[in-house]
Amino acid sequence: MNALVSMSGIEKSFAGVPALSQANLEIAPGEVHALIGQNGAGKSTMIKVLTGVYDRDAGDVHLAGVPSRISTPREAQESGIATIYQELNLVPLRSVTENIIMGYEPKRLGFLVDWREGNMRAREVLMRFGIDIDVTEPLGNFSTAIQQLVAIARAVSLDAKLVIMDEPTSSLDASEVEVLFGVVRELKKQGVSVLYVSHFLDELFQICDRVTTMRDGRTVSTRNVQDTTKLEMIADMLGRNKDEIAADGLTDFAGAKAKKGDIVLRADSVSTGPRLTHFDLTLHRGEIVGLGGLLGSGRTEAARALFGVDGKRSGAIELHGVVGQPSGPGDAIVNGVGFLTEDRKAEGIIPDMSVRENMTLALLPKLASRGQIDFAREREIVQAFIDDLGIKAAHMDQPIRELSGGNQQKVLLARWLATQPDILILDEPTRGVDVGAKREIQSFIRSYVEKGFGVVLISSEFEELVEGADRIVVMHEGRSVKELTNPGVTENILVRALAHHEEGTGSWNAQ
Amino acid sequence: MERAMKLPQRVASMPFRFHGGIAALVALLVFNAFFTPNFLQLQTLFVNISQVATIAIVAMGMTLVIATGGIDLSVGAVMALAGALAPLIFLSDLGSANPMLGVTLAIVLPLFIAGLCGVFNGVMVAVLNVQPIVATLILFISGRGIAQVLTNGNLQTFSNPSFSYLGTGKVLGLPFQGWLALAIACVLFWVITRTTWGRYLLAIGGNERAAYLSGGPVRRVKIGAYVICAVLAGLAGLIVVAINSASDAARNGNLMELDAIAAAVVGGALLQGGRAPIFGAILGAVIIQLVKYTLLANGVEDEVALIAKAVIIILAVWVQQFRRA
Repeated sequence: MNALVSMSGIEKSFAGVPALSQANLEIAPGEVHALIGQNGAGKSTMIKVLTGVYDRDAGDVHLAGVPSRISTPREAQESGIATIYQELNLVPLRSVTENIIMGYEPKRLGFLVDWREGNMRAREVLMRFGIDIDVTEPLGNFSTAIQQLVAIARAVSLDAKLVIMDEPTSSLDASEVEVLFGVVRELKKQGVSVLYVSHFLDELFQICDRVTTMRDGRTVSTRNVQDTTKLEMIADMLGRNKDEIAADGLTDFAGAKAKKGDIVLRADSVSTGPRLTHFDLTLHRGEIVGLGGLLGSGRTEAARALFGVDGKRSGAIELHGVVGQPSGPGDAIVNGVGFLTEDRKAEGIIPDMSVRENMTLALLPKLASRGQIDFAREREIVQAFIDDLGIKAAHMDQPIRELSGGNQQKVLLARWLATQPDILILDEPTRGVDVGAKREIQSFIRSYVEKGFGVVLISSEFEELVEGADRIVVMHEGRSVKELTNPGVTENILVRALAHHEEGTGSWNAQ
Repeated sequence: MERAMKLPQRVASMPFRFHGGIAALVALLVFNAFFTPNFLQLQTLFVNISQVATIAIVAMGMTLVIATGGIDLSVGAVMALAGALAPLIFLSDLGSANPMLGVTLAIVLPLFIAGLCGVFNGVMVAVLNVQPIVATLILFISGRGIAQVLTNGNLQTFSNPSFSYLGTGKVLGLPFQGWLALAIACVLFWVITRTTWGRYLLAIGGNERAAYLSGGPVRRVKIGAYVICAVLAGLAGLIVVAINSASDAARNGNLMELDAIAAAVVGGALLQGGRAPIFGAILGAVIIQLVKYTLLANGVEDEVALIAKAVIIILAVWVQQFRRA
């Protein structure tokens, strides 16, 4: 069988730094092919070479056996390659139909858009994936998942032969992920190939046929998913021996637990609105308290309350024994609270600013005397964190947007560690971060706590909570409902605690 | 495999920020040197500096506002308002009786009022979350109206040498307002690159949410940007009045908002925020002034000059698009 896409010996450098060297990728027709690797391994560069965003320096690309002439994203689309980006390029205010047929509208009398025909086509395309929605409604009224599916439907309606999905599930909840998987299987049935990029290795076993692993710009392996294990993939990504990893445990949290100190933070039946109605928490020095719960259970809202972003309606917050909620982030920082937000792009990095400026943003008031920044001290502090956390950047004045996700996350972690907060709130600190950086970040958190600071850890990954937290506060529908204490908590116990409180509402995925 | 880069990409990837602007400036100077009679004379330089200073001063303030991701349409109206107030003050009984005090107040009070306009704009935008274009439209419309009401719609002429120094004075043979613009540029450059306020200004323009969650005083910094912009506009209004020894509330600063925005954009400011090239704003102002002058000196009509200005803006935006890509 002829490969649909065959890329071989691809080379690509940016300003002399190689991003890809001798990279290969082969996708068969009708195959769901996973592409995995740490951040910075070259996955996105590979995709961008394929879709004509970047020119390659060397190597061959063949589409269905013919040398590819794609040199712009538009040409890629016309050759049947559709890319579904994490940030969807659709128009939320226009109807679903318009988004699907945009640029290819059926016409009446040569210039009028034939809406009846358009709506019918849109409905038809969506129905093929079992999605039954009102196509005349604005796209923005639907969930991210549906919007993503509309993007895929648009791609399919343009006769795509290959659909590239970049981290498609990172913003979906469990039931939406199932719908997406259904669509992927449907695409496969119709003979469309899918290139699937994801950090969630468990997903690959459900839908992928083969998996190509990249590391440092090279293709390390291509395996049949059936014949491989999660451990093997991780070993390939990290370039480490799989037995070594198995012996270590999957996170780098495990280790000597520090002794508990004084109470630094106490929240007593705090409520900020309908999404956080009753939140209790006690945090000692030297401990990590996890907040566990499903999407929408109020974990992030709890963090926002502690940081003074959402004003509280009732209840009490006590910092260092003093009652009172911070009036806002600035006040919270002064009172020794740090908050690493969940959404790195929207709430974390300032893309055009340098690594240095991003890292010292929260520290700025302490770096200045009478409004003037002490540059020598700033550089010293930044360099120290770059060395300590092993941040990979060309230099500290490099724009942060040029760094890989894992390194950006380390810079943001440094932003908060630099202020030396007594209470550090981490909302999904390792989301969207590759396995290597994840372990590093986890070990920084542990060593920070061992110095006698307190950490509130929010995570959707049970593994991370169970291994990382000394105690876990389980949240459900805006309330803290249960507390689990380590040692002794297992993933099963945590799942049961969550499930127990789901029973009343019937469905596990009730959001 | 490497295809030749398209021209704008090549221009944009040059190391020096102002590349396009500098090239345009050089082209304009060379063209004028050959084709415009009497261009290479001190008098020409003098005229151009005295005219460009007001655009440059307003454009620098505009650059700060644009750096926050905002825009200020009210600068022209604030110029008219400040300009209308000054003669009223030094021509008043108190001002006539104490000339020194009169002139001092005639400078300080209008700038203070301009500052209040800035507070109004800033509060609308930063506290009430009104879109900047709508928020500043209020004073854009009403500011000039207030100025005309204050002066009963009359042209106020006066003869006051100390006040007129603002627009006609010379230092080292060059116009006072030129030096003033340069001094303001140096101060603002220092503020942007060296102070926490400047750092926050750029952070807010780059990602307001992130700046806020990192403890940045978003409201204060934004209001500050609008206040500085308005005060600088007020100052420019005073200079125009001083040049003419007359205050015309209907024409002072008319269409200045467009010149200032154009100068800022030509100078490299990004309308989505996050960048504040102060000296770029001056360069932009000089280019716009030179284009106006070139066309005027070569007998091209005013209307055509407007079209030329539009072309410059299009070019600047075009180059910017590729610079970001």
